[in-house]
Amino acid sequence: MQTWSLISICVLLGVVVRWGVSLNSYSGAGKPPMFGDYEAQRHWQEVTYNLPIREWYFNSTNNDLAYWGLDYPPLTAYHSWLCAYIANIINPEWVKLHKSRGYESPEHKLFMRTTVLVADLLLFIPAVVLYCLYLTDGSSKKKVSVLLCILLYPGIILIDYGHFQYNGVSLGLALWGILGLGLGWDALGSIAFSLALNYKQMELYHALPFFCYLLGKCFKAGLMGHGFFLFVRIAAAVVVTFALCWLPFLSDPVQALQVVRRIFPVARGLFEDKVANTWCSLNVLIKIRTLMSSDAQLYLSLVFTLLAVLPSSIRVLTRPTFWHFKLALVNSSLGFFLFSYQVHEKSILLAALLIVPVPLCSMLPLLLKDGLLVPYAVTSTGFLLLSIYLLSALDHCTEDELQLTTYRKLFFFPFKSDLGSAMVGLSITSVTLDPPSHLPDLFPVLVSTTAYLLFLGTIIHFNILQFSGPPSKKSQKKSN
Amino acid sequence: MAADGWSWFPVLAAGVSLFKCLFISSYRSTDFEVHRNWLAITHSLPVSRWYHENSSEWTLDYPPLFAWFEFGLSHVARHFDGDMLLLHKQNYASPPTVLFQRLSVIVTDGVFILATRECCRCVQTQKASQKAVLSQPPFILAVLLLWNFGLFIVDHIHFQYNGFLFGFLLLSVAKHLQAQHLQGALLFAVLLNLKHIYLYVAPAYGVYLLRSYCFTESSTDGGIRWRSFSLLRLLALGSVVMAVCGLSFGPFIVMGQLPQVLSRLFPFKRGLCHAYWAPNAWALYNALDKVLATVGVRLKLLKEAELPQASMTGGLVQEFQHSVLPSVSPSVTLVCTLLSILPALASIWRRPRGARGFLRCLLLCALGSFMFGWHVHEKAILIAILPLSILAVESREDAGIFLLLSTTGHYSLFPLLFTPTELPIKVCLMLMFSLFSFCALRKLHSGDGSLLHPLEVAYLLGLGMVALFSEVLFPLSPWKQRLPFLPLLATSVYCSVGVSYSFLRLYATLLRSDSKPKQH
Repeated sequence: MQTWSLISICVLLGVVVRWGVSLNSYSGAGKPPMFGDYEAQRHWQEVTYNLPIREWYFNSTNNDLAYWGLDYPPLTAYHSWLCAYIANIINPEWVKLHKSRGYESPEHKLFMRTTVLVADLLLFIPAVVLYCLYLTDGSSKKKVSVLLCILLYPGIILIDYGHFQYNGVSLGLALWGILGLGLGWDALGSIAFSLALNYKQMELYHALPFFCYLLGKCFKAGLMGHGFFLFVRIAAAVVVTFALCWLPFLSDPVQALQVVRRIFPVARGLFEDKVANTWCSLNVLIKIRTLMSSDAQLYLSLVFTLLAVLPSSIRVLTRPTFWHFKLALVNSSLGFFLFSYQVHEKSILLAALLIVPVPLCSMLPLLLKDGLLVPYAVTSTGFLLLSIYLLSALDHCTEDELQLTTYRKLFFFPFKSDLGSAMVGLSITSVTLDPPSHLPDLFPVLVSTTAYLLFLGTIIHFNILQFSGPPSKKSQKKSN
Repeated sequence: MAADGWSWFPVLAAGVSLFKCLFISSYRSTDFEVHRNWLAITHSLPVSRWYHENSSEWTLDYPPLFAWFEFGLSHVARHFDGDMLLLHKQNYASPPTVLFQRLSVIVTDGVFILATRECCRCVQTQKASQKAVLSQPPFILAVLLLWNFGLFIVDHIHFQYNGFLFGFLLLSVAKHLQAQHLQGALLFAVLLNLKHIYLYVAPAYGVYLLRSYCFTESSTDGGIRWRSFSLLRLLALGSVVMAVCGLSFGPFIVMGQLPQVLSRLFPFKRGLCHAYWAPNAWALYNALDKVLATVGVRLKLLKEAELPQASMTGGLVQEFQHSVLPSVSPSVTLVCTLLSILPALASIWRRPRGARGFLRCLLLCALGSFMFGWHVHEKAILIAILPLSILAVESREDAGIFLLLSTTGHYSLFPLLFTPTELPIKVCLMLMFSLFSFCALRKLHSGDGSLLHPLEVAYLLGLGMVALFSEVLFPLSPWKQRLPFLPLLATSVYCSVGVSYSFLRLYATLLRSDSKPKQH
């Protein structure tokens, strides 16, 4: 069958699966007074539509920051404004100032889910299709398989269409950035990534590899010649993009500072909730949150994060090839996730963009809270089945055999190892059994800790991989 | 890839089963309550009351074997939510109830999966073994059956047990294709006692089994050899059918309730057409009647006050009186149906072309009954589309007919899901299935020319226009209040044209192969 028809079918399947998941419950459904992320997004639409820009990030009688105050960069705010504009046309009740708090209705749910789908269709899905077509090597069958696997990756579907978020926008923009860089359009790629950064500050996890790769490229092209012009072009593109996004806030330094304070909340502790990173896991043994002062916690996480991400980033600086860049992305995002400050479980999606289904299990406690057990079970099982089948089917292709064996090792390493089975076992028990009463958080903590160990293993593995160099001459390694 | 065997089949089957689970919380039609009510009836009441119970409007109107099936399910239902088995709990739909009912459909679809596997076994793999798995007939057939759009939305969203029932039909067909006729007959007898709508295709079974099974040999020119009649085989067939029917209806005959059961199974008080006209000949007839009436009123040939006020919307059942053309009664429809299938039956009696000829005759019986039957449901088009998939992967001409019939038939099911939430689902799934069927069949039968005539392509594009109009433009237009039935009317009439055309083309293939006898 022709490639275009296979791709269309994959995309349509991806869309239907997303919509199927969206039929289920969302974060905070029917749970006053705070509700959840769904209400947060709706509230941002209310705030951005009804208030002038200078009041968006400030506490006031009209804008209570304690009730889901804006804590993403300006592009999210503009997106919310756009959605609110359309919402107001359809039904003004949805975004009425103050009165629409906690508004829930089937029509509103349909509207909100549609906004997520539209954003995905415009940004994320085209990026994935182009990425698989142009930056994946192998037969067209392999490309389509990779496309199918990425599109059906349960993590992003469950978070965006179940829990409710717009990760598709930031990940999509980041992917456009990667696409630009992979195709040699550095300036355009930088613009796309800058937009991604201005949508969600979590994209900083990917920023270091981007910076190092581009800087390395400039150095390689010679700082006195082409390299210099390249550097200027990229720098100009980035600066202009940032300026345009922050334009309304640049008139007054107080404004800009407040936005920064909102998007980087250093007042909170080292971690919140049960996340599969170092500090949360360490807390099980040593009560680090209470032992150290909040400033000390900040410095500790900064030091360790840098230690985790600098090696691979420096490597990509010295060897600026696309292969190194991809691996650096993985290592950097994993490093940030594992060691950084105030990490949320959804941040793992960034690392997962390119690899590993393990992050899924670590999100289980969050998804259970939202009543998304069935979609979780269905999409994870389906994804697992599909990936295993496609991988074994693709193994029959003789080309890129060397890559495929590492590819398979990578995939099965977390699963065939005992930790992998422990994860699955834990997921099942956390759903079926009740924890003992003196340890109410037993299962979420166990799940996070096991996931943490797996992630640790993964980041070590990938660092080794990056430093041992690409497998054979021209063929780039696709890690998925 | 021959060494690979059938490793793709479990993936396809598991994939589609998991996919079905995603739609557990989607829209459910009243059929959900119907089946819940039947669970309650069979669980709470003794057998003697099953066909008399009418405290709810959803009375038991399937044959006894299905009632026993519901009885079996009700024992599993007890572990999910015992309250659903209480008779007075009308429209009860707690989350465990929904989960149980949906899962029961998904699990009983196992019969359909089994049947698909058997059918794929009967379809020949093409010789060129280097061909990718995606281009092999068994794979294409498996996708066309397992991921059939119509079956999916009727079973897993609208809510019915068609997968389970079609599993029996396709398994029976597969057995006949494998020359195991007694098993095929047994399966069909069971199917008839599960849902009597399959009486539509019973004549095909009857004539085929009599001609090709009871008469063990044919003469050299394919004609009948009367001497080869095997009484033993006839008796075997008869006893199998009798045994199944006896098991099913026996208890009710003993209790003297047979007339009551039959009156439940064949409620002829309903109208000629459902509220939404199935795209058959009567839809065209009704439309013509309406057009003539409107024209007549405009030309002052008729007085508007004299016309019977028949509303086309609302209500599940209605009588339909025609204004200009003569009204149609049940007996007229029966005669028309018989007339339409007689040539097909005669053809396989005179010159049977083996099991594939039987399959073609079965299709024609299904389509003929669909075209001219009384109170036909649009879902009945699936009885024609699913078996046609088998022929489509083997013959070029049938592939062309399949593309036209399946696209038209599937689109005619769109009005079943009328909620805005389900719109992306039905559009994307329809596009997926159509895209796959077109591309895969085209690749499979790559020869000279395309599978579809330009006029047929134009018709299908027109279908897209109708879809755009009905789903997008009309709801946003000012006529929505005044003429609410317009999209339904348009869909019905437009699809009838396609279905009628496919019916005629299928007939042509049968009669053409009749005139020049060829090996099956």
